[in-house]
Parts: sequence; structure tokens; C-alpha cells
Amino acid sequence: MNLKELYQEIILEHGKNPRNLRKTDNFNKDAKGNNPLCGDNVHVYLKLNDQRKVEDISFEGSGCAISMASASIMTDLIKGKSDNEAKEIIEDFLGMIKENPDLKNKILKEDDKTKLMCLSGVKQYPMRVKCATLSWHTLVSAMENDGKRVSTED
Amino acid sequence: MNINNIKKEFPIFDEKIQNNDLVYLDSANSSQKPKVVLDRINDFYSKQFSNVGRSIHYLAVAATNLYENTRTSVQKYINAKDKNEIVFTKGATEALNLVANTLGQAILKPNDEILITELEHHSNYVPWHFLRKSKNIKIKFAEINEDGDIPIENIEKEITDKTKVIAITHLSNVTGAVLPIKEITQLAHSKGIVVVVDGCQGGPHLKLDMQDLDCDFYAISCHKMYGPTGLGVLYGKKKWLEQLPPYQGGGGMINDVKKDRISYGELPNKYEAGTMATAQVIAFDQSIKFLESIGIENIIKHEKELIEYGQEILQKNNSVKLIGNPKERGGVLSFTVEGVHPHDIATILDETGVAIRAGHHCCQILHDKLGISASARASLGVYNTKDDLDKLNEGINNCKKVFDLK
Ligand SMILES: Cc1ncc(COP(=O)(O)O)c(C=O)c1O
Repeated sequence: MNLKELYQEIILEHGKNPRNLRKTDNFNKDAKGNNPLCGDNVHVYLKLNDQRKVEDISFEGSGCAISMASASIMTDLIKGKSDNEAKEIIEDFLGMIKENPDLKNKILKEDDKTKLMCLSGVKQYPMRVKCATLSWHTLVSAMENDGKRVSTED
Repeated sequence: MNINNIKKEFPIFDEKIQNNDLVYLDSANSSQKPKVVLDRINDFYSKQFSNVGRSIHYLAVAATNLYENTRTSVQKYINAKDKNEIVFTKGATEALNLVANTLGQAILKPNDEILITELEHHSNYVPWHFLRKSKNIKIKFAEINEDGDIPIENIEKEITDKTKVIAITHLSNVTGAVLPIKEITQLAHSKGIVVVVDGCQGGPHLKLDMQDLDCDFYAISCHKMYGPTGLGVLYGKKKWLEQLPPYQGGGGMINDVKKDRISYGELPNKYEAGTMATAQVIAFDQSIKFLESIGIENIIKHEKELIEYGQEILQKNNSVKLIGNPKERGGVLSFTVEGVHPHDIATILDETGVAIRAGHHCCQILHDKLGISASARASLGVYNTKDDLDKLNEGINNCKKVFDLK
């Protein structure tokens, strides 16, 4: 176990100054997620334009450094992508956190992938995996816009 | 009272936890178990095992006697008037569900009010919420003051003609506030209100005297009292347990079963349907003996010293904000650290073997009221020392380092 791997510079920086921590004007998709074990919650807002491109994405909520950093990095990387690209990135990220050693997608640039890989430290801390994945699961549900509340206990 | 000797009675402290000595500050969640309790479970299963209350062979009779011995020990330990006022359950949660369910079936009517407090654990709220749904019962919350206490005036204020039950914690698992149950019960009884106490944290930290408190029900969690998991105790006044309907149906709780009618057994069998947590009950006798061998007065004195010391060092640490400042605090120090989320605190402390809890501790109503989503909690047991609290404080300082805070 290594705290330095969990709390890398990038994570601490995003945790302290989360990007896109606000509510998108005129969002057309959104979803709420929470982790009933610890009370963390997140609300993801999305504006998809006519070309099905993510014109804006933002989030509101409170949580630990890991969950705030994860939501911050996620919103940064998903902005400007098409919905299919976004889905591929999400799947890739969740796969990496769950079992894959690396990210496989060809959409993100290398330095963006490095940012995401900073979150892989949670793999050594099973209790913290949910902190890293909550905003991502919530984004999935926002894109499906089924209005369902995401709970990490499902 | 020699803590080092007491600590030696707990085998877990001989273990290295991720290469560290264990600093266990999570006893409000569940306490560690002394060797006598573990040995008793093993001995019972290896040498004496049989189910209780059914067969008439030698082992069954012996096991039944052992099981009933614990009931008597519990009765004496909590100074209940009658052995049959002690019901074993799977935990305090089941005990509280039993009370809410059976009062709901037999006594409560639509629009009756249950008065709980903002300090309650979910297990003393959700069971009453079920009645809100099924019977249109109203739930009211007595408010905390700025110290995280519930002064009796805040309870009195919420009582109306419709209040039928006050369900209240003895000791808050977040603010540590010890509530004046005896006075609250006097007030309630003067208005014909039933008093149900969540005694989960009272059990390990306070002197228990049911006849003195005079409450109608008191729920105990054995795994927080140096006992096995899967076991709780419901104390209920005989007049209530006799009058209320059974909670679960099955073997052991019946008297006579026919195709067209069933009659139920006498106390305490009436509330103990099915095969019970036999080994746990029998081993819990050792937990009580363990508590008695130290003496609750000594435990209270020791924990008071620790709480005062913990408050002092954490108050000196300028990034720490203690939650609550109750008149009488037992066993629990909850706090937040400026700039570090409780989960991150818990993970970083864990790295040096300091086990605390982070989250809402099953008290979301309280955390909402405090305007926070989570807190960190260090909670005490008989085995803790000032050294443990120093390690807690060092760990908090380490969090500040990791997060690059002053
Ligand atoms: C105040 C309080 N009430 C109820 C409970 C639930 O007790 P049990 O685990 O025995 O069901 C707990 C323990 O988490 C508690 O601290």
C-alpha cells in the first residue's frame, strides 16, 4: 500500500480545485448519484447538442478528494467528445479500475490518459473504489437520462 | 485498573495489521473480543454443542441451562426485575424493530405521534418510518442544541396529546451526548407515553439499571459490549411483553398448534422464534463476567480520562473541529479536519494502523442538521490508552502533510 500512489499530485490538485463544479446552463441531461455507505453525493449535468456532441458537462456535490478529483478529471475529458466517444471512455475507465492494467481507448491523448491513470491508485484500496467510480456511473445514467438515481449499493 | 493487562486479554492486539500495531478506535461500531469469549464459543461448539429447548438428551438440557444462565446474568447486569424481561435478538436493530412492529400492531393508531430525536441512529428511525407508511403514524424530531445535546425542554416542547412513544438514544454514537433517560422517562410516564431506549452505546459505557431508569424498553447490542456478533438483547417491562403480540412466528414460540388455531408460548419464548444464536448467547455470559471483573465504575472513570485527554489534544490541533460539546460525553469523539474529507482521513490513518470510522455513522438526519455529509469518529473501549489518542493526533497531522495544509 502506498499513500503517495493514492494521493498523487494531480488528484490532490483536482480535489482542491475541482473543474466544472457548477451547474450547466440549459442542460438537457442530468442524473444524481450517491453512496449510501458514506453519504457522498454527486449531480452530473450534461448538454448534448444536435450532433450528439457534449457541448458542456458539469457537476455539483461533495465528497472526498478521490471522488471530487475523479469527477473533475472526468468532466474535463468528456467535454467536447461525441456521446459514443464518451461511452467508450467511460467503459474503458471503469474496466481499468475494475481489472484492466491499462486504458485501451484510442480517443484520449496520452497525457489525458496519464491523468486518468492517476486514479488507478484506488485499486489497492477496495473501500475507495466507489469514490472513484460514483461520478462515472452517474454520468452513464445521465446519458441514458432515465432519471434513475445511481446508488453505489445497487 | 491496568490497561496493559486488559489489552493482553484481547488476542487481536497480538496481531500485526498491515505491519502495524493496531490502534483500535472503532469500538462504537463494534468492540474487539476478549479471549474468554472466543474460547467459550469454541468450547461450546467442540465439547458441549446441542440445540436448546427442544430435545431431552443430556447435551440439550445442558445447553439449555447455559443459555438460560446468560439470561439471568443479563438480568442481573442491567438490574431488570424479572428474568423474563430479557429477550435475545439478532442485534439491537432487531430489538428496535420488534418494539416498533408490535407496538404498531397493538397500540398505535393513525395520527398518533412518535417522538424521536435528531441524534437517532437509522435503526431507531427506520422501524418507526415503516409505521408512518403502514399506519399513518407521525414522527417528530426533538432538536439538538448547539452542543449536540438534547435538553429535556426540547423533548417536552414536542410532546402533544397524540404522543404515544418516545424513542431515544441513551448515548449518541456521534456527539457522545449522554441523555437524561431517567428524567425523560418520568416526564413521559406522567403523560402516559411509552419510552423506548436505544441502549447500543449505553451498554458498553454506562451503568445499566433498568429499575432505576424505569424505561419501558431498552435495546442492547452485544457485539459492542465485548460480545459476539449476531446477538442483541431487548429488555422490555413484563407488562408490555405479556401484552404485545409476537413478532416472528415459528418453532419455539408456540404453545399449541392446530389447523384452525394457534396459541403462543409464554415469555421469554414468545419472542424467540426459531433456532437462536445459541453459541453467541452462551459466550455473552463471558462478556458480562469480563465487564464485571473490571467493574463498570472503573471503565467509566478510565474512559472519562481518555475523553478529556482526547478533547484536550484535539482542541489544541487548530485544524480539528470536534462535533458537539455535550454536558456529559461518553466514549465517542467525532470531528472534521479543515481541508481533508473524513474518508481521506480514515484512509491515511489506516496506513499507520489507526482504525477509525468515517461517514455519517448511520445518522444522516444529524449530519444534515450539522450541514456536513460525513465526519470522522474515534470511539473508545476498555483497551484504549492515551497513547492511542496521541497516535490519532499524529495521524491527523500526517493528513495535513499529505494534503499540504498548514
Ligand atoms: C446508537 C446505535 N443504535 C443502533 C445500532 C445498531 O445495533 P446492532 O448492530 O446491534 O443492530 C448501533 C450500531 O451500529 C448504534 O450505534
